[in-house]
Amino acid sequence: MAFAKNISAIDQGIKNELAQKGIVIATLNDLYNWGRRSSLWPMQFGLACCAIEMIATACARYDIARFGAELFRPSPRQADFMIISGTVTKKMAPLLVRLYNQMPEPKYVLTMGACAISGGPFIDGYNVLRGIDRYIPVDVHLPGCPPRPEALLYGLIQLQKKIDSQEIEKCEWYQKGLKRVYPVPEYGPHGLIPKYNPEVWRPRQEELRKQRYGQPILTGKKTKAPHLDVVTTAPSS
Amino acid sequence: MNISEIKSKIESALPGVSVKIVSQSLLVEKPGNLTRVVRYLKDSPEFRMDYLASVTGADYLDYLESVYHLYSMAKKTGPIVLRVRVRRDEPKIPSLARIYRGAEFQEREAYDLFGILYENHPDLRRLFLWEGFEGFPLRKDYLQEDSEILEAEDIQWLEEHGIPIPEDIRKQAHELKQQGLRALAQKPTKESGV
Repeated sequence: MAFAKNISAIDQGIKNELAQKGIVIATLNDLYNWGRRSSLWPMQFGLACCAIEMIATACARYDIARFGAELFRPSPRQADFMIISGTVTKKMAPLLVRLYNQMPEPKYVLTMGACAISGGPFIDGYNVLRGIDRYIPVDVHLPGCPPRPEALLYGLIQLQKKIDSQEIEKCEWYQKGLKRVYPVPEYGPHGLIPKYNPEVWRPRQEELRKQRYGQPILTGKKTKAPHLDVVTTAPSS
Repeated sequence: MNISEIKSKIESALPGVSVKIVSQSLLVEKPGNLTRVVRYLKDSPEFRMDYLASVTGADYLDYLESVYHLYSMAKKTGPIVLRVRVRRDEPKIPSLARIYRGAEFQEREAYDLFGILYENHPDLRRLFLWEGFEGFPLRKDYLQEDSEILEAEDIQWLEEHGIPIPEDIRKQAHELKQQGLRALAQKPTKESGV
C-alpha cells in the first residue's frame, strides 16, 4: 500500500480566519512544541554579574514564569535549558561541559552576556575562556554587559521560536547516531587542553580584531614600569 | 601619626632594622626583617596593628614586591603600608601567616600569580589556578598561549577522544612541533600604540 507523503500544512490565513470564529486548528507538531516551549526547566547556577540579572528576571517584576521557564532546577538531570550567565573561567569550563553532558535531551543552551559569548572584556586574560561555544553547541547568544531582564526574556522568546520551528519527525534527539555528549576538556600547563573542540567551533578565518585594532590580541601594556620616587621628607598630613 | 615618626619609632625600637619611606609607605630594606617589624607593629601599645587587610604582589621588572596594609581595629587607625622588595630570581619573603591567620590565603594568592615564595608558610599551594599550571601569569614576562591555534598535545587529546580533526589544523600543529615552538599570544608593539 502506497502512502502519499503528508505535506499538508495549514495555511496561516485560513487558520487566522477560523480562529476569529472560535475554531482552533492545530497540528500535532504545534501542540507538541507548544507544550515543550512553555515548560523549559532552566538549570540553576550563576557564574558572574549576569546571574544577578537572571535572578531579577526570575523575580516578580519581570517574571520569567510568564514564559514557562520559572522552575530553576539544581540538578542537570532535571533541567533541559542551560542559561550560562556570566564569565566562564578556564577553571570552570570543564565543569560546565560536564553539566551539559548530564542534561537529558532535548536540551538547549543560552549564553548570556559578552563574557559567556566571547570572553568579553576579559578576552585577553590568561584565565577566561573565550566563549563556551568552543566546547558545547549554543542555541541563543544574548549580547549585553550584562543584558537587562527584558533582553533575557527576548532571548527566551527567540529560543521558543526555535523550538516552534522543530518537528517531531525530524527533531535530532530522536534520530539515530545523535551525539550530544562532548568530551570534557582537561587542565593543562598553560590553559585548557584542547583549546577548542573543532567539531563544535572553528576560529574565524578573517581576524576581525586584527582588522579593527591592528593586532590579533592585546595582552596588556608591558613596558617598563616606573620606579617609585624615594621621598625623604614626608608630605605634611 | 606622621610617616616619618612611624619610621623613626620602628628604627629606634628595632636596632639593625632600616626602613625607607617610599611615597607614604615604608620599605623594609631587608626582607628578613619583615617579621620583626610586623611583630613590633602588632604588639607595641603605640600601634596595635591587629588587622592585616591585604597582601599584594607586584612586578616591577627589576624586582618583585609584596605590599602589606596594616590597620588597627583597637585604635581605629591605619593603614600603615609596608613594602618588601626581592630579587626576581630568588623571591623569598618570610610569611606572616603565623602572625596573622588572614595572611595565609593572601600569600597563597600572591604565590599563585607572582611566584613569590613565602617562607614558613603552612600550606603554600596554588589557590586560583590548578596544580600543574606552569609559570606565574601576572609576572610581566609570562608568555600567554594563543588560544586560537591548536598544538600537538591538543591534537593528541582530540585523537584519543575520537574527534575528527580538520587537516589544516593538524598540519599547523605538526609544523609548530617540528619547529619546537609554542603558539603564543602576540604581545602589543609600540607601533600598535596601545
